[in-house]
Amino acid sequence: MAEQIVSPLPGTFYRKPSPDEPNFKNEGDTVAVGDVIGLVEVMKTFNEVKADKAGTIASFVADNEEAVMAGQPLVELG
Amino acid sequence: MAISKLLIANRGEIAVRIIRAAQALGIRTVQAHSMADADSLAVQLADEAVNIGPPHAAKSYLKVDAVLEAAKSSGADAVHPGYGFLSENAAFARAVEDAGLIFVGPKPETISRLGDKAAARAAAEAAGVPTVPGSEGLIDSVDAARDAAERIGYPVMIKASAGGGGRGIKIAENADELAKLVSQARSEAQAAFGDGSLYMEKLVRNARHIEVQVLGDGTDAVHCFERECSMQRRRQKVWEEAPSAALDDAKRQAICTSAVDLARSVGYRGAGTLEYLYDDASGEFYFIEMNTRIQVEHPVTEMITGIDLVQEMIRIAGGEKLRLKQDDIRLNGHAIECRINAEDPSNGFMPAPGTVERLVVPAADHVRFDTLLYEGYTIPPFYDSLLGKLIVHGPDRATAIDRMAAALDGLTIDGFKTTVALHKALARSADVRANAIHTQYLEPWLEAHPIPS
Repeated sequence: MAEQIVSPLPGTFYRKPSPDEPNFKNEGDTVAVGDVIGLVEVMKTFNEVKADKAGTIASFVADNEEAVMAGQPLVELG
Repeated sequence: MAISKLLIANRGEIAVRIIRAAQALGIRTVQAHSMADADSLAVQLADEAVNIGPPHAAKSYLKVDAVLEAAKSSGADAVHPGYGFLSENAAFARAVEDAGLIFVGPKPETISRLGDKAAARAAAEAAGVPTVPGSEGLIDSVDAARDAAERIGYPVMIKASAGGGGRGIKIAENADELAKLVSQARSEAQAAFGDGSLYMEKLVRNARHIEVQVLGDGTDAVHCFERECSMQRRRQKVWEEAPSAALDDAKRQAICTSAVDLARSVGYRGAGTLEYLYDDASGEFYFIEMNTRIQVEHPVTEMITGIDLVQEMIRIAGGEKLRLKQDDIRLNGHAIECRINAEDPSNGFMPAPGTVERLVVPAADHVRFDTLLYEGYTIPPFYDSLLGKLIVHGPDRATAIDRMAAALDGLTIDGFKTTVALHKALARSADVRANAIHTQYLEPWLEAHPIPS
């Protein structure tokens, strides 16, 4: 089964640091452990989501600005 | 025209509070809610509920059209905006009135006027209310800055017009520093904001935050004494009291009278709060701004006056004149409120929403808990972290602190971290007992006294 990076917190998932900036990561990018793949906004506080495993991003399973639960997959690694 | 059906255009503990006030007045309630709040306590308590959109506030609670549509489709004749969200949005208030409904709050033009810093300051000055001394307009040279600073008195803050939220501020203690800092501030402001214009304000060191509750009916106004909210973290109030133990009777009279003067001069309607900086050293107070809505910390005022502020604002919106004369409003004892947030004080106040596994609320005549919580409820992560407000009353401040300590011990919220541990530490603190605090007190104190997990 493909490896996943999951949201550590419930909240709103953002793929970019601010609306005018590019995505932290895109499909096909490689990630190392500790790379920031997105932000989760919880109660008006932004928390970085860091990769806890290395690999290549096969797909984003959560969209930008999507409401996510803790443990919900954000990224599938190929 | 008396209100018969009220739409609550807010969420959380204040929605619950407004529903209870409306029900006590025999008014039917409609709770406007986002999809994430379908199982909220407010939805359960209201007579009706209307879904106004997706979880994000921008798509629901802040959406004027959606809120108005909910009011019309449910047949409500009035809208209560609570605090935050659309409560100080003059365009929303106007849209409510244009739809033929009652806005529970001031007139739209009052909201605009008092929401504009410069216009509010001008209104205060016209009513004889002291404002923070500052340069009249922008300072265009070092000489002009020096003249203004002599008049204001050192220390002064040099502020960038284009700055905000504490950015672009420098503090000068004397004329030599001022000369240096004005040029430096100008080039920094130019680089940071593309605008080098500066103005100056007096720096009030170790200021207290004192605010006066007023009620107005559009013609007359009364005050319900003051609150002190100096205990703040990142400009958010944490612990609030009424009255302020820093004021003697003469000073209390002066500050409260000034608030009524301003409220009357603008024909204020509804419940409002005038915020002041208070300088212990000089005994001077300075008006900062007026909030044209009910405030989070209104219960401490209710506890010391016996007035139900939310009921009063609904009655006034329904067309009643002020029922209370100033002489009828008496200050009785002391009240304290602690804001209970879903945050972990042992871990940088990280938000910690979760599911309420167990809830035990202390019960006594002198204790009140305004909350959105119930057992089994899962806190949605999309809104602010306020879960409830624990409020106590006592015959005097020392007793109120003792009662707060006991009430905090009696409050159990299992399932996630809350700020209860912070408040327990504050209730034990000698500086809190001595009221030796100010608006910059809490953050350094937290550095020195980390809250254990």
